[in-house]
Amino acid sequence: MTSTAGVAGAPLLSFHDLTLGYGARASLRGLTGEVRFGDLLAVVGPNGAGKSTLLKGIVGVAALLGGRIERHRAAAIRDIAYLPQRAEIDTSFPISVQDFVAMGLWRRIGAWRRLGRAEDLRVDAAIAQVGLQGFEAVPIGRLSGGQVQRMLFARTVVQDAAVILLDEPCAALDERTAADLMTLVREWGREGRTVLATLHDLDQVRASFPRTLILSGGVPVAWGETARILTPDNLGRSRGAAGPEAGSPGASAPLREGPALRLAAAAP
Amino acid sequence: MIAALFGPFAEFAFMRRALVGCLALSLSAPPIGVFLVLRRMSLMSDAMSHAIMPGAAAGFLVAGLSVPAMTAGGLLAGMTVAVLAGLVARRTILREDASLAAFYLVSIAAGVALVSTRGSNVDLLHFLFGTVLALDDEALLLLGGVATVTLVWLAVAYRALVIECVDPHFLRLSGPASAVTHLSFLAVAVLNLVAAFQALGTLLAVGLMILPAVAARFWAESLPGLIAVAVLVAAVSSVAGLCLSYLYGLPSGPAIILSAGAVYGASMLFGRVGGLVRTGLPGRPGLSGNT
Repeated sequence: MTSTAGVAGAPLLSFHDLTLGYGARASLRGLTGEVRFGDLLAVVGPNGAGKSTLLKGIVGVAALLGGRIERHRAAAIRDIAYLPQRAEIDTSFPISVQDFVAMGLWRRIGAWRRLGRAEDLRVDAAIAQVGLQGFEAVPIGRLSGGQVQRMLFARTVVQDAAVILLDEPCAALDERTAADLMTLVREWGREGRTVLATLHDLDQVRASFPRTLILSGGVPVAWGETARILTPDNLGRSRGAAGPEAGSPGASAPLREGPALRLAAAAP
Repeated sequence: MIAALFGPFAEFAFMRRALVGCLALSLSAPPIGVFLVLRRMSLMSDAMSHAIMPGAAAGFLVAGLSVPAMTAGGLLAGMTVAVLAGLVARRTILREDASLAAFYLVSIAAGVALVSTRGSNVDLLHFLFGTVLALDDEALLLLGGVATVTLVWLAVAYRALVIECVDPHFLRLSGPASAVTHLSFLAVAVLNLVAAFQALGTLLAVGLMILPAVAARFWAESLPGLIAVAVLVAAVSSVAGLCLSYLYGLPSGPAIILSAGAVYGASMLFGRVGGLVRTGLPGRPGLSGNT
């Protein structure tokens, strides 16, 4: 396992009046704050709040339009494991689950070195850890949505990064898969890794993420300890800024926009 | 049957040269085609092959029907277009195929205009449909050289290329490998199109690249399987096309591409993976398995 290369609580990423976007269009404006080593930080907010943009900005996919990101030790882009939204993976490409998960070894073995026995074992262990045993040789196009997400988590396990960014890891997942994956996130937290995840389900946030950042309409609403931040007031402001769907401010209902999709037979 | 198969090749040197050239092309172009199809870039390969024409035509204006001059011109034009389109796709919101669609039309018009200023209609036909029965030493060396470079490149870049196809973000975050892989892929694709241009002309150059790759989708599910089937289809189509053209006096380039087209049609009907006949049968072991 990689050393997590820092003392819990030491600064990892500092945002200074950060503005991020695509082309010239800003999707996230005026974010100031600090991610610390060992944080499990949930980024919540309605669609279009700039959640994914923040993660993409940290890994340099979204453009830096203003302000700056200060990267402390172990926060170089190449040391970060970024788990994209499922839709960004071409699941019609003909490779097996095992080959896909082995992508996580890229930083270790590069383009040419062969997978040794140790690497094979790591890949198999990761596949088992996410509950996909028996699916090693299955083409990724035959997996359900939940299974694809499990596979993405397995690749992240193999990457063994100190900093992990998860973009919508629970979108359209059945409850059991979501619960399994959140268990893995809490484990990463115990191992001293830093995790940033965009989420919609506030129950998951409360259960697994000690810290929360609320965004709305491209601006930060609140950032701090989850218990103190996820207040009806903040949530109301978040929804209010998002537009007409603003619910009653007192509701602690999930931020998710619609009923969660249930994928049949997602868990193996 | 045997005589029909071997007769023309045993008897005529130009048939043997055509066969060697086509088999070299069959080794290199179909694997590239497989990746193009998987990345939904088949239309783009068509646009690139057209972009080669004005370059080759410029070489023709300078040095006549000389392989090195036309190849250099074609390479230059094709690479320029491919790299520009690649950069445009990476830097702007315009998708690669959209930016290439413009080149497609402009290039073919410019190419035809350029050739016509100096050449005859016969020259123009050579440009458009190739001269597979008149491959000289230089052309054969080009085809063989391109096949060699392509196979070596595939061996070197295979893993990175697969990752780049499945999850483009992943490599981009891991260093410069993504840009190198993408751009070198485009370069090798252009190289193959320039080689194919010698044999099949600008209008059919893509044929031996894309048709076998599309046909292979109906037979194989793994990437190595797809590549193997595509190479086989291209080689069989080459032999069949040359024989048919000899026996029935058909133009050779179109005969080869028609043969590949026939294999594609048969694959679509009878293919093991999602072929129409199979799909129509009840209780097929289909895509629903394993979930």
